[in-house]
Amino acid sequence: MENSSKEPIIKISDLYKSFGDLDVLKGVNLNVYRGENVVVLGRSGTGKSVLIKILVGLLTQDSGIANVLGREVSELNESELRDLRLKIGFSFQNSALYDSMTVRENLEFPLVRNVPNLTRAEIDEAVETVLEAVGLLQTINQVPSELSGGQRKRIGIARTLILKPEIMLYDEPTAGLDPITCLEINELINEVKEKYKTTAIIITHDLTCAKATGDRIAMLLDGIFVRQGTFEEVFKTEEERIKSFYDYNFIQ
Amino acid sequence: MSTPTGKKHVFTKNLDFAFLSVYNGFVFMGRFFREAFRGRMETQEIIKQCYAIGNKSLLLISLTGFITGMVFTKQSRPSLAEFGATSWLPSLVSIAIVRALAALVTALISAGKVGSSIGAELGSMRVTEQIDAMEVSAINPFKYLVVTRVVASTIAIPILMCYCGMVGLAGAFLNVTLTEGTSLQTFIQKAFEQITFLDIGTSLIKGIAYGFTIGIVGCYQGYNAKKGTEGVGKAANSSVVISMFLIFIEEVIIVQVSNYFRV
Repeated sequence: MENSSKEPIIKISDLYKSFGDLDVLKGVNLNVYRGENVVVLGRSGTGKSVLIKILVGLLTQDSGIANVLGREVSELNESELRDLRLKIGFSFQNSALYDSMTVRENLEFPLVRNVPNLTRAEIDEAVETVLEAVGLLQTINQVPSELSGGQRKRIGIARTLILKPEIMLYDEPTAGLDPITCLEINELINEVKEKYKTTAIIITHDLTCAKATGDRIAMLLDGIFVRQGTFEEVFKTEEERIKSFYDYNFIQ
Repeated sequence: MSTPTGKKHVFTKNLDFAFLSVYNGFVFMGRFFREAFRGRMETQEIIKQCYAIGNKSLLLISLTGFITGMVFTKQSRPSLAEFGATSWLPSLVSIAIVRALAALVTALISAGKVGSSIGAELGSMRVTEQIDAMEVSAINPFKYLVVTRVVASTIAIPILMCYCGMVGLAGAFLNVTLTEGTSLQTFIQKAFEQITFLDIGTSLIKGIAYGFTIGIVGCYQGYNAKKGTEGVGKAANSSVVISMFLIFIEEVIIVQVSNYFRV
């Protein structure tokens, strides 16, 4: 159920995106309000990641509105886009950690480049704080190749948290992880929301993740949101495509 | 040119692709110059990349330069001996090394070692979304990754070229001194009496042009890599092939232009 009394901080309206002949998003509408975790649920290849990449300006929509924190993303110039990106944390599906850097350097990198004149002690404190928040302080001097998949995801999230974003965008946070690690990542997403007061869009095809982390679910099928609401509201339906998604996910 | 079914002929498609690639290459180069002179320089990263380039190629260039100098001297001796002109060997070898061999040998080795490494590194960063991660962290990946590598190769490769020339002359000296018993002082005197400022200047210009070419081609291929690991391999391979092709074209142009200034 959407909150109509407040202005959404992410407003997606009639959004279209295609790649060549392939229409991926076909008129998507979604409002996200401050402080809520919205899960975008759908099968692989339905354009979920495309949607959040448009929100950070990595891709541009063919038509429609992608408005974040009151600004239309596609209309921002380079410096405005940079300012907006500082307020958004983006956790990549494959973590996208910098291979040639240690965990410490991975976390320092965005910080020292975006917050000038920090002392060594301030940088160390910021790095250690976010690593503690994701429970991986002991990995500080390791390189990404020495980390497990779950640890990489956590470090990826820590790297986004170091800039204290208002909005978090998680791209398949539990993909490729074992069930126990998935639960830990789900808990971490909820902790981040509580501790850092973030608003989040979580892209996933994992129903357990959706149920555990989403205040609201938006179901993306064939390029449009077919249902939005709480987990129970979305899946309390006789619509065959949604039921089959639900059944298949739990069989998996 | 279209087939009767309306589909483009393979040749036409390839031609379109080639022209589009050239256009995109120039756009990429334009962006390089725009970004290079905007904001603060990533000096530390440039120094790091210069060191990496030098470190990667030094051993191979030492070996190749030395052997080239030695073999070239050895192979040239019989022809000069026919005219009783073996005393000209140091001059002949130094002209060959300074005017052509040092620059070409360094450029071809660097295209293989440095160009492929830049292409593969940036390609891998592209397909694993590390470049996107920089962008969404409000960091300019073009400035940090591309500008630094191109500047570093433009600085490091001329230096390597000078080094290659010296090592080549050392190889030539070893051969000459073992065969003719020429002293170092005589060798140096003879080697440099035929070398002009134009030769050294032209060679330096070649080094800068080749360094820039290797850097920009490697970065372009890597930065625009697609299709997973296959794309990384393609980026590394194309970096070497295209760099070498352009280096030979540049060699011809620079030699033609420099000959114009020769009396």
